[in-house]
Amino acid sequence: MGNVLAFCEFGDGALKASALSNLTFARAAAAAHGGEVIALLVGAGAAAAGPAAARYAGKVVTVEHGDLAAYLAETYAPVVARLAGDHGATVVTATATAVGKDLLPRVAALLDAGMASDISRLDGATQFTRPILAGNAYAQIEVTTPVICVTVRQSEFPQAEELGAAGEVVAADAGAVDALGARIDRVESQKSDRPELTSAKVVVSGGRGMQSGDNFKVLEELADLLGAAMGASRAATDAGMVPADWQVGQTGKIVAPNLYIAVAISGAIQHLAGMKGSKTIVAINKDPEAPIFQVADYGVVTTWEKAIPELVEEIKKLKASR
Amino acid sequence: MKILVPIKRVPDPELKVKIKDGAIDLSGASWVVNTFDEYAVETALRLRENAESGESHGEVVVVTIGPEDAAQQLRSALAMGADRAIRVDGEDRALDARVVAAALARVIEAEKPDLVVMGKQAVDGDANQVGQMLAGRLGWPQATFAATVELAADKGSLTVGREVDTGVEYKVVNLPAVLTVDLRVVAPTSVKNNITPASHSYGTGEGGPRYASLKGIMAAKKKPMEQKSLSDLGVDAAPAIKELGVFLPPARAAGQKVADIPTLVQKLADEAKAL
Repeated sequence: MGNVLAFCEFGDGALKASALSNLTFARAAAAAHGGEVIALLVGAGAAAAGPAAARYAGKVVTVEHGDLAAYLAETYAPVVARLAGDHGATVVTATATAVGKDLLPRVAALLDAGMASDISRLDGATQFTRPILAGNAYAQIEVTTPVICVTVRQSEFPQAEELGAAGEVVAADAGAVDALGARIDRVESQKSDRPELTSAKVVVSGGRGMQSGDNFKVLEELADLLGAAMGASRAATDAGMVPADWQVGQTGKIVAPNLYIAVAISGAIQHLAGMKGSKTIVAINKDPEAPIFQVADYGVVTTWEKAIPELVEEIKKLKASR
Repeated sequence: MKILVPIKRVPDPELKVKIKDGAIDLSGASWVVNTFDEYAVETALRLRENAESGESHGEVVVVTIGPEDAAQQLRSALAMGADRAIRVDGEDRALDARVVAAALARVIEAEKPDLVVMGKQAVDGDANQVGQMLAGRLGWPQATFAATVELAADKGSLTVGREVDTGVEYKVVNLPAVLTVDLRVVAPTSVKNNITPASHSYGTGEGGPRYASLKGIMAAKKKPMEQKSLSDLGVDAAPAIKELGVFLPPARAAGQKVADIPTLVQKLADEAKAL
């Protein structure tokens, strides 16, 4: 018997898509442990987002404190670890986002818990499947500590559906908050109206073959037509053509949209590791031998200069005909 | 300043993965320093040197937990420019992230470094845990997935550029701290230490870790390498992670090449129902 404490990221009064994937895992884990799901929201706006979160979890715990306004591993980890104890959690979980990956191992250290990272499947109460070797293999592991920490790969877990009845929301104390001197100096963000890369249903990605950042504008037009997020290969982000946070791959973001359109991307193993879970993959590349064609459902051997304007026109035609 | 760099050996990530009896077949493995750990050594060296005068402003100690053969990877780090090495004897099956973090914490209590720099993850297990666990265990601040690092002039803090989901976050941590590094930390101007002139560029293009010179390789043979056991360190924790089996991902069915864009759009709409 044990509960599942699910650390959930939120924004603008609602849970993020990444948190909904976490809750899908949390429900399965709670069933396996004979306990309940407790969604934990920490930070500025947690109380306001509580009711929205309660549509997805039987119990929601919110923690707000002036010194917890922005995420810091140093201040959040002790809160998560303490509440795990208070609520009888045998599983503490987060999505493997930049925050989840930073936070959970620190929580695990405070709880002396074993941890399963970036899991793709729950196989039993204490057994998990997870990708290793850049996604070239999967390992099935068992974690033997009384409390287990888990991060879940967002693309492998669908978003949770709403529950029939809303759960209860309770506020918890922050306790003593000590940032150990750590602070966020500033965040340089790229504002965009496009969907988040890791939860978008369609992703348009460009590679080194795009040659310059300016040339990505034609891909952005295609993305906006499809309501897609923009992605890129490491070659393109390293060359400074596009922001680093567009990078799809083992060392960037892992995506699994319904449709992934790879343009002028050769298909290095490290890129494939980040997108080969996509439902339908399209590759457009002028090199017929490019490895990307080995994973693509549909490939067109042509240049992006010729293909993209034509693709935009054809999709517009299709939309007009419906 | 004194910088400790934990490193791990991994099977060469360029080689094809083979599975035998439900585990990764390592019988013919060629071992290398984990890519991100090599970047951590590079980061540590950049943080303590004046790249233009060649002067050293501190000590870099590399440590690994592994079998006797892992001494080779320590020698590689020494050849790059690290000053001395510690090998804690341990077989892979007796280790997991929790045990490694416990052992490293003991080494750190003895060595008292100002900073720990390590790779964000090992490219074999891809777990991405040890740095954060170590920081949590020591009660030190952490700056993970660093793309840029700047050491303050008073050497009391780091400002670390981290690629997060919404952009780049600049986090300030007081030393001692644990820093874990991502790929872009080896770009030509990613590391500043207020000793090397700010205009200095480490190579061009995407940059990368330095190569060991012949002189460096010769010097590495004479650099001190200490050996300890887990029991010397007082670590008796058993691993909490059991590997039950390993399998290859299902191969994607081969796709089709289509003649032109109109055909592609028609197939995406009618066949894949993706538009």
